Amino acid sequence: MNMTITQENVKTDLLEIIRSYLSEEIEASEISGDKHLINDLKINSAHIVDIVLDIEDKFDIMIDDDAIGKMNTVQDSIDMVLKKAA
Amino acid sequence: MSNYSDIISFLPYKKPFHFVDELVELSDNQAIGKYRIKENEYYFEGHFPGDPIVPGAILGEIMAQIGLVCLGIYLSKPEERPHVMPAFTSMETDFLSFVKPGDLLTIQSEKIYFRFGKLKCRVSCKKEDGTEVAKGSMSGIIIKQNKLN
Repeated sequence: MNMTITQENVKTDLLEIIRSYLSEEIEASEISGDKHLINDLKINSAHIVDIVLDIEDKFDIMIDDDAIGKMNTVQDSIDMVLKKAA
Repeated sequence: MSNYSDIISFLPYKKPFHFVDELVELSDNQAIGKYRIKENEYYFEGHFPGDPIVPGAILGEIMAQIGLVCLGIYLSKPEERPHVMPAFTSMETDFLSFVKPGDLLTIQSEKIYFRFGKLKCRVSCKKEDGTEVAKGSMSGIIIKQNKLN
């Protein structure tokens, strides 16, 4: 990937990934950094795995058990990508 | 050669919802197993009276028990195998032909990924004459038994 990894472009790409796994009861506009993926955005735990796989593909990184355990909020996930892709 | 009877013995299902007769092959990437539809399967009473046809939902279950659960147990650590409790999480499957009492089904499952306890596979179901009766992708997760309650 040639583009520089910044907080903003990670956020844009991550929101796009998360959006495709949102249930109908949650509006895309409700996604923000402080939202918990499971508790607030109501993403099923089986779909968390799909989100992680999409993130790995998108940013060309490997996410392990330890990292997935820390992906609680949207901002946690952005921080994790920034750390792994650095 | 092992007949994988240990893997079958770890399945949490019991009659009349146990749909694995035999496992032909298990490897890191695929599972092949067989199930013969009995003449007196419980669901034939209603599906359909006088005209027994295996429901698509049951075909999906047969495919999942062999293609996801048996493979998932095999891919689990040996010490975890006896305690696997599976949960079916998604299925996108085409049903292509009817299945009737006496049909012998061969299920072939190819792993797409097994990550973080979630197994996703491409699964195909064929009759003895080679007719493909269903195919698609399905996934499931392994949950710890104490999280069920």
